[in-house]
Amino acid sequence: MTDFFMPYNTAAALNAGNDLCGVNNPPETKEIRLSGSGGQGLILAGIILAEAGIREGKKAVQTQSYGPEARGGASKAEVILSDGPVDYPKVEYAGILLVMNQESCRKYMPLLKEGGVAIVDTTYVQDIPPVKGRVYALPISLLARQKTGRELVANIVALGVLAGITGLVGRESLERAVIARIPPGTEELNRKALDAGYQAAEQLLTQERTAVQ
Amino acid sequence: MTEYTQPRLMQGNEACVEGALAAGLNFFAGYPITPSTEIAESLAGRLPKAGGVFMQMEDEIASISAVIGASLTGAKAMTATSGPGFSLMQEGLGYGVMAEVPCVLVNVQRLGPSTGIATAPAQGDVMQSRWGTHGDHPVIVITPSSVAEVYTLTVQAFNLAERYRTPVILLMDEVVAHMRESVVLPEPGQLQIVNRPRPETPPGVYNPAEHAGRPVRPMACFGDGYRVHVTGLAHDATGFATSRPEVVNVEMTRLNEKIPATAGEIIPPEKICCDDADIVLTAFGGTARAAMRAMRLARRDGLKVGLLRPVVLWPVPERAIAGLAAAGKRFLVVEMNFGQYGREIERVAAGRAAVYGLYRVSGELITPAEILGRIREVA
Repeated sequence: MTDFFMPYNTAAALNAGNDLCGVNNPPETKEIRLSGSGGQGLILAGIILAEAGIREGKKAVQTQSYGPEARGGASKAEVILSDGPVDYPKVEYAGILLVMNQESCRKYMPLLKEGGVAIVDTTYVQDIPPVKGRVYALPISLLARQKTGRELVANIVALGVLAGITGLVGRESLERAVIARIPPGTEELNRKALDAGYQAAEQLLTQERTAVQ
Repeated sequence: MTEYTQPRLMQGNEACVEGALAAGLNFFAGYPITPSTEIAESLAGRLPKAGGVFMQMEDEIASISAVIGASLTGAKAMTATSGPGFSLMQEGLGYGVMAEVPCVLVNVQRLGPSTGIATAPAQGDVMQSRWGTHGDHPVIVITPSSVAEVYTLTVQAFNLAERYRTPVILLMDEVVAHMRESVVLPEPGQLQIVNRPRPETPPGVYNPAEHAGRPVRPMACFGDGYRVHVTGLAHDATGFATSRPEVVNVEMTRLNEKIPATAGEIIPPEKICCDDADIVLTAFGGTARAAMRAMRLARRDGLKVGLLRPVVLWPVPERAIAGLAAAGKRFLVVEMNFGQYGREIERVAAGRAAVYGLYRVSGELITPAEILGRIREVA
């Protein structure tokens, strides 16, 4: 029986296995920002990504910011996957960045970590500023329309691209996380979307290797 | 059950729902408002299936009234709202305090005053949660910093409400309410659940005046067969109104002292790395998470910084604050308002320790970098 008045101890929860003041051995942490406009499914994408990470034994925190609109307006989801407990739940400089409209591109590309990866949906982004990381530009929303007939699943295509390029989470974990969160009856549509994303990622990586050679 | 042993991603508002159900919630009345809406939304589906009652009311005044009414019949009742709705609930909250009705009010703070920014975090309701309703009154306000803690503190909010026969306010902020984290919840059987004191004698024999001397009196509920009188007027131990000064004074003193000043330490504030610290960051709710990171960044730079995180905001955990002040620590209070709790720290420190502030109201969580900058300014 847990004592009722025993405090829930954040320090213990946050520091399991680490020293209390966090001076040594900060845990290995990946910080991801998914940004675009309301209605593009970025918060759901963030949830799925976090749940895929949990399936692989990571600690996950997901936060979001959005306007009062159901569609339109700025929307962003942030995910932190870590080997240890996460203190600050928000992302300042993202190691992995997805931008799905021009406004978020302007706002968040300067906040890409040095050496980070940016994935840009050129369906809605024309102007990409120079950054100190690698940029993968492809028409994600258009791909969703072409490969599945529904732009609705652009977020799932984007997840496929993101995981395919970065290897952040494994494909099986991601697919299971997607299936667990989508409405029943849309499994095929979403599998197709995820596959389109992985294929596009493979193409981009092949092009990159060819260019390097 | 895998549900409890496997880590899963859960939102703060969802954890509040889980905690409330684990504590025995069986009545919810509310009017949805961002950023608390998920609580009502989820309970609308969950509560009827668990044998409880969910009512969407016409507004927040009706919501708190329904919650108080339900609790008077013996229900464990809760409502959830945000600043604009919390303002409307103040009258009903006062009634709940005066009539000594256990219930839980969840206020997920957003930027105010008025409509403010519906989706943006703030911590501007610290004083409203203490003094929003009129007249001298006791209050318990608790504030979580993580999704797991939302769960445990929701259970504790119910337990404290039942134990002290009083409304308890679970004061969240948008950051914690909307944040999702991987959590492993304790199984419901691991939690201690407190229920309100009930009359020990049967109806007919029961005389509420016999319990006049107790700080927290047994509560006979409507429908149990007891003769019960409930009023927001000043009343004596029988529950009937009185304006006799000698009785009113005794009753109001008891009401205001039934929750002891030491209740701020019932759930002790968290002290991290304070022993050798020169500067103690003081922060609660979502802001404490930024302060935690800032503390670690500062430590890596060799600055002796600790963190004090009040969990019970009201009553103020004075012993912990006074202890740190007496030990010569300086406080840097970080909050998403213009110093509402900072002034409480100053009051308790009483000139024994310097109290600095980092106060910002912009609709965004204060960042670790900002806190670190302020630490360097005062170090």
